Amino acid sequence: MHMHKFEKIWLFFGIGSLFVFLTVIGVSAFAQGNQPPSCLTTIDPEKVDQTPPFNKPGLVKTGDNEYQLNIVASAFAYTPSQIEIPKGAKVTINVTTKDVIHGFEMVGTNVNMMVEPGYVNSFTKTFNEVGEFTILCNEYCGAGHHLMTAKVKVVDKQ
Amino acid sequence: MALPQLTDEKIKVKTEEHSSLKGTLASVFLLGFFLIFTWVGVYFLFLDRL
Amino acid sequence: MNETMKVDRRDAKLAMAHIYVAFVALALGGLAGLLQVLVRSGKFTLPANISYYTILTTHGVLLGLVLTTFFIIGFQFAAMSRTAGTLSNKVRTTGWLGFWLMTIGTAMTAFFILIGEASVLFTFYAPLQAHPGFYLGLTLVVVGSWISGFAMFAHYAKWKKANPGKTSPLLTFMSVTNMILWLVCTLGVAATVLIQLLPWSLGLVERINVLVSRTLFWYFGHPLVYFWLLPAYMVWYVVIPKIIGGKIFSDSLARLSFILFLLFSIPVGFHHQLVEPGIDPAWKYLQVVLTFMVVIPSLMTAFSMFATFEMYGRSKGATGLFGWLRKLPWGDARFFAPFVGMLFFIPAGAGGLVNASHQLNQVVHNTIWVTGHFHLTLATTVVLTFFGAAYWLIPHLTGRVMTKTMNRLAIVQTVVWAIGMCFMSGSMHFAGLLGAPRRSAFSTYGNSPQALEWIPYQIAQAIGGTILFIGIILVLVIVTNLAFFAPKGETEFPVGEVAETAERTPFVFENWKLWIGITVVLILIAYTIPFIDMIQNAPPGSKGYKLW
Repeated sequence: MHMHKFEKIWLFFGIGSLFVFLTVIGVSAFAQGNQPPSCLTTIDPEKVDQTPPFNKPGLVKTGDNEYQLNIVASAFAYTPSQIEIPKGAKVTINVTTKDVIHGFEMVGTNVNMMVEPGYVNSFTKTFNEVGEFTILCNEYCGAGHHLMTAKVKVVDKQ
Repeated sequence: MALPQLTDEKIKVKTEEHSSLKGTLASVFLLGFFLIFTWVGVYFLFLDRL
Repeated sequence: MNETMKVDRRDAKLAMAHIYVAFVALALGGLAGLLQVLVRSGKFTLPANISYYTILTTHGVLLGLVLTTFFIIGFQFAAMSRTAGTLSNKVRTTGWLGFWLMTIGTAMTAFFILIGEASVLFTFYAPLQAHPGFYLGLTLVVVGSWISGFAMFAHYAKWKKANPGKTSPLLTFMSVTNMILWLVCTLGVAATVLIQLLPWSLGLVERINVLVSRTLFWYFGHPLVYFWLLPAYMVWYVVIPKIIGGKIFSDSLARLSFILFLLFSIPVGFHHQLVEPGIDPAWKYLQVVLTFMVVIPSLMTAFSMFATFEMYGRSKGATGLFGWLRKLPWGDARFFAPFVGMLFFIPAGAGGLVNASHQLNQVVHNTIWVTGHFHLTLATTVVLTFFGAAYWLIPHLTGRVMTKTMNRLAIVQTVVWAIGMCFMSGSMHFAGLLGAPRRSAFSTYGNSPQALEWIPYQIAQAIGGTILFIGIILVLVIVTNLAFFAPKGETEFPVGEVAETAERTPFVFENWKLWIGITVVLILIAYTIPFIDMIQNAPPGSKGYKLW
């Protein structure tokens, strides 16, 4: 099929740009480990309160500067809802839900993941600066959806 | 409006001018640069928030 | 040419019936939208305990599903009647059957939303559980659209039989492609509604597999947006060239881009599920790659559009790099409204690339950026093109003409829409980058300093949304005039001709077995293994919740 020479130039440039984008995000994901949250662990949504680590939600130290932050989402709250993280900590955030789908978002960060009944979702982030972050629910979960929130304080180590 | 093409005007136009698409090429490249600019902008926001 | 120039009166009635429902949906859905932006500004609360989420569900269902589907099917019946000849009585009756099923389904769905039994938004994610009547209503809408789709296929088959060895009219070809796309993709939503949601909401089964249901929904959800977009592309490719007095740049490239949409718009649903648990990231990435392939036909379309305009402008003696822009008929609303729609598709496409990009999605997922995005794609590009089409389609079908006053009002309408959308969608995009969530009533999240930053943007959204509502009133005035009050007369249904320089269209484009075959193969590649994974490693299912 005939194509105008300029259209060939345009498509070469356009499709070329698409492949550059794909390469950038592909290398970032597969070589540098920046995969989107895609945890494959399952859990019985009706037994969240009895299943470790969600039977004792909160921040747990797991290594030198490494932590696990286990959070339970339910309509319309996060448990725990006040969290303190020492500055510089590398935190793996694990979230699951006891009821419907929620959207776990830590405002102003790349922590943004779907929380679905039956699954644990997980993302690791290092908190390098002191400050406060709002956690909210960004997937509609019912009448009180917009009231579902928690707060993270990143504090200097004592 | 959908005026029928006026024949006398059509004759005046040189065939070379008629098929020139340099404005189209310029337009789509402006469009392309806008796409790249937006994408790169948000990508840097992602990197900044890592 | 065996094309009839005018849509038969009986076919016109069928098309108009669809268009009436579409614009009633626009009026009601638009009102819901106005209430939403006012609530989100924080300065207004809904009276009488009406829930924000009931209004939001109404808005999404009426505008995302009803306005679009009805307008598209009405438009395509008219386009096929115009280009492939008057519908047979059988095809037309089938079309009416489809129409009534869809209308009854819509009424049923709307009823259960408005009595507060289905505040589950238009994505109806389980385990939020709506009244069975809500799912049943949606099923009727989809089944009705299938029946109309089959009526269109039958009409196309009849044309092929009567015209052996000929290339089908472009608008007919495009309508058929869009209905194939629709049929293939709605299988997913039909599966989750009929096999999972309906039995579960009726209490026949206790539990539901949430991830499977969401995956089936998004298998449908992304091609859905192309089902909206392709009729707009029909207007751009075929109608606009005729309106400006130019020629179709290339028939073959137009067909090629439609085929590419059919192939690549379905196996891409995971880009709505990029931050989802239970799906391996490698499969997500594969679908991201396929998503980028669906950008290619839009790149081609951009070139074709500019080329049509430039060729026309130069044929009128335009010189210089952009001189042809001055030759375009800016005072003609049939051109101006879709043209503004095209312009808005540039930022819309840019946002789409961001949404689909694996990690970039984490920045914007479920923020109001996404809402801003599809108010550019659907609520500007597609909708302004539909308005522009209504300005000739309605008078053509009702045997009237658009007056100069109405044309001027339509130009004003387009400008109002563009300004309103710049405010609303623009501030949605920026607030989204700052983390403001979508689908949420007004909240300061316990006076969080981060949430307080969003308020100025939310006020800008309310201003933009109010301007848009004025735009809706204007378009309703114009449409009512064109349907009932405009002077009687003949209005053209503009169908462009192909430029003499363009070459003959190859027959391969109508090899449906080939294209449907490749479509199915791509879907199987993209979905089979992750889908089996989901079922094999499924967690215990979920009971239903009614949390509103």
